[in-house]
Amino acid sequence: MNRRQTILSVNGADHEVWVLPSDTLLDVLHDELGMADVRYGCGEGVCGTCTVLLDGEPVNGCLTLALQAAGHQVTTMRGLMGPGEALHPLQECFLRRGAAQCGFCTPGMVLASFDLVRRVGRPTREEIRYALVGNLCRCTGYTKILDAVEEYADQ
Amino acid sequence: MVAPAFDYVAAGSYDEAVRLLAEGGDDAKILAGGQSLMPMLNLRLAHPDLLIDINSADQRPPSVADGLLRLPALTRHRVLLEHDLVGRHCPLLAGAIRHVGNVRVRNRGTIGGSLAHADPTSEIGACALVTGARVVARGPDGDRTLPASELFDTYWTTTLARGEVITDVLIPVARPRQGWSFQEMVRRTSDFAIVAVAAVVELDEGAEVITTARVALAGVADRVTLADPGVPAVVRGADADFDAAAAAIAGRLEPVTDVHASGEYRRRLARVLVARALREASARAAA
Repeated sequence: MNRRQTILSVNGADHEVWVLPSDTLLDVLHDELGMADVRYGCGEGVCGTCTVLLDGEPVNGCLTLALQAAGHQVTTMRGLMGPGEALHPLQECFLRRGAAQCGFCTPGMVLASFDLVRRVGRPTREEIRYALVGNLCRCTGYTKILDAVEEYADQ
Repeated sequence: MVAPAFDYVAAGSYDEAVRLLAEGGDDAKILAGGQSLMPMLNLRLAHPDLLIDINSADQRPPSVADGLLRLPALTRHRVLLEHDLVGRHCPLLAGAIRHVGNVRVRNRGTIGGSLAHADPTSEIGACALVTGARVVARGPDGDRTLPASELFDTYWTTTLARGEVITDVLIPVARPRQGWSFQEMVRRTSDFAIVAVAAVVELDEGAEVITTARVALAGVADRVTLADPGVPAVVRGADADFDAAAAAIAGRLEPVTDVHASGEYRRRLARVLVARALREASARAAA
């Protein structure tokens, strides 16, 4: 299969890439563009570590083809950060609450929580649990993540 | 793992998708939301040569006409969860969708794709059966409509011809004195159902006597299944015996044993969940 030239718009910048039709968005963001905040976890859409926002809505990078993202705005966790990689307030909450240990799940957790708070404002603890069902963390036991999201939503 | 190599083409309309499907032959596959097909590719459980992406084929929102809720095939699960027309005219579906996948899966997954995938544990499939939904499929010879009860063949296999694409799902709108329930048992929220039950119960004008009761089950056979039509008779009447009806339905099932649960446990779950579903649906119908 031949590679095709396409333009991916990621975090506000356009990237010209040559992709295979079978390349996932995750493959290209991580392997071609070196974006370490988009991660391969399960490849089945279950774990949430490859979460990106596609036109502002969270999707699985591992279940979206790179070619399908052409013409759309892709946002990774770094896209939430301010100038000079200043931490987003939600990241500050994660830090303050000890909501990241190994950090592998953190970008997906941050994007999924960001989307939830953007949509509903002040979610209940149960709503946060439900929204993060598809984001697995093998370190924290989730409690501190819920604390961090609650603190962010209260701001 | 990494998906096997395949080619990709985006179809701008269902007609174009049907044409591309005919040209692509046996090794072409339709890509809708991709939340089942893409995992199968990543796990190398499917090996198509060509994916025909229909995500740009249709922009229609849900609509209601002539007593039918029309859900275009590309209606995302998120829309089913949040759309006013779905909540009002098929609250069962809106309720069941909470059990489907996670927020990312619901953002991309589509009702047509889910039905075409024909997963035997499908919540959406059970809802389509129990509501008496019909599916519109477009092929080289035009459109045809078939009841959901004739759509599912066996594991991940529909009765659709190879060249057909689902374009619409038509669901009779909920009526007054009709109640619904959706019950599911999973180890973790968003897992595939061990057993799921969808029920619709309708009461007479006095709201005392059950006139019809329908039940569909997921996770108990090689496809989603309607409960034996003789069974609703058991629950007719003001003193309906839901437990006996549920036991009768469960007694006829022969669920398989797999890594998630034994067949015996599934049958037991079916009995418990059908009774709960009939009870809740009846209570909602009377409310």
